[in-house]
Amino acid sequence: MRPLPVGEHGLLIELDGAEEVEALHAELLRRAAAGALPWAGGGPSERRGEIVPAARTVFLDGLADPRGLIAELATWDIPPLTIAGRPTVEIPVRYDGPDLADVAALWGSTPDEVVRRHSGTAFHVAFCGFAPGFGYLTGLPEPLHVPRRDTPRTKVPVGSVGLAGPYTGVYPRSSPGGWQLIGTTDAVLWDPRREPAALLAPGTRVRFVPVETTL
Amino acid sequence: MSDRAFSVVRAGALTTVQDLGRPGHAHLGVPRSGALDAPAHRLGNRLVGNPESAATLETMLTGCAVRVRRATTVAVTGAPCPVTVDGRPAPWGAPCHVPAGAVLDAGPATHGLRSYLAFAGGIEAEEVLGSRSTDLLSGLGPDPLTDGAVLPLGDPHGPPAAADAVPHAGPVAELLLPFLPGPRDAWFTEAGLRTLTTGRFRVSPAGNRIGLRTEGPPLERARPGELPSEGMPLGALQVPPNGQPVLFLHDHPTTGGYPVVGVVPERFLAPAAQAVPGTPVRFLRLR
Repeated sequence: MRPLPVGEHGLLIELDGAEEVEALHAELLRRAAAGALPWAGGGPSERRGEIVPAARTVFLDGLADPRGLIAELATWDIPPLTIAGRPTVEIPVRYDGPDLADVAALWGSTPDEVVRRHSGTAFHVAFCGFAPGFGYLTGLPEPLHVPRRDTPRTKVPVGSVGLAGPYTGVYPRSSPGGWQLIGTTDAVLWDPRREPAALLAPGTRVRFVPVETTL
Repeated sequence: MSDRAFSVVRAGALTTVQDLGRPGHAHLGVPRSGALDAPAHRLGNRLVGNPESAATLETMLTGCAVRVRRATTVAVTGAPCPVTVDGRPAPWGAPCHVPAGAVLDAGPATHGLRSYLAFAGGIEAEEVLGSRSTDLLSGLGPDPLTDGAVLPLGDPHGPPAAADAVPHAGPVAELLLPFLPGPRDAWFTEAGLRTLTTGRFRVSPAGNRIGLRTEGPPLERARPGELPSEGMPLGALQVPPNGQPVLFLHDHPTTGGYPVVGVVPERFLAPAAQAVPGTPVRFLRLR
């Protein structure tokens, strides 16, 4: 665990891998909920700061005393990651994406096998970013990781389900993108009028459920 | 709609609704957003008797004009600009009375870039995640103003606190950006870090609410490649492959993969909101 100060109130904590990131993130959320992370300019129960997990790091911003937290971190006993008991979201998917055949070729299998493996995988949200409501979902074993497309699409439709590197994800709105698209969903990933606004927050477990394509 | 509202007569180049933003949602990919020149936004609200959290208009370069449906007290702050009410000169940096049906015009900035229009009662656009700010990166909050649009106003909060002298930081001839090094300063050579603090930089015309780009000598990297995406703070000096630092402003992406050489503390950011393209930039290492 390597903590790096960021400005006056931030701390970037670098870790060895995704599991360590998630375990520390869960511990930070526990401590924040208990009022044990003092934020700058806010009472202990009032969350004013940011806790942002990413691929190899957790970024904290708005801390009252980042250097004090560095010293404290060294004494923490962080429980290993457990995903039992976390919320689970099922996302219905039509596996009709334009890159389904390409992904099947990269996996050395058939489109039907891609559907079976993808919908049979227990995913969870490692972190969010790129756009509000976009979650980076991990769970696919390493041999099934695929590269991004050589040429990103200028427009990926809302609800597209894609793969890139160790991740799968769903586009919460239409945007440019380079992920390999294997399907589409009508699930609403982001609705600011809903509580919570994001369907997929860090830590959420996700299963994709195949639905019939209507022709 | 009630008559507590205004209609947009001249939207200008880019006019958005801003308040103090929506911090606390970076883990969902939501930028904090909010007024770039926060002191000017707060001052405008104080001058018309609003809490500092009330929403104002942030207008850029060419200004904007609105017609109020009911008599309203308005204050224009931030970048100095000619203010008129139905064509007659009105004060800048002070509350002014706008009669029902009159047009308040905040003209082009004479210095600086961004002016703020504060209305007694504040702009009551719909809140998204507790804020009325327009977020240009992710498209949250009210759309940027268009001619003919109508926005609701809240009820006035009461008379403004008396003030006989109003502190105001004017636009600067040189943008000084004090920064704390890190978290990725080790990705740059000693010479690269020296370039940052000794080189001649200036504000690029390609800036927006997401970031202020600089033009100058490229910072030499000690190691190639990109980082796995990591959380990005407001005020980050992110260095893309061209070696020229981008200062992350309020609509910045919440994660990114280019190294951050240093971070400008929030209290030094307001002048960046007012620095016009071509303004010389000096980076000052704080420790």
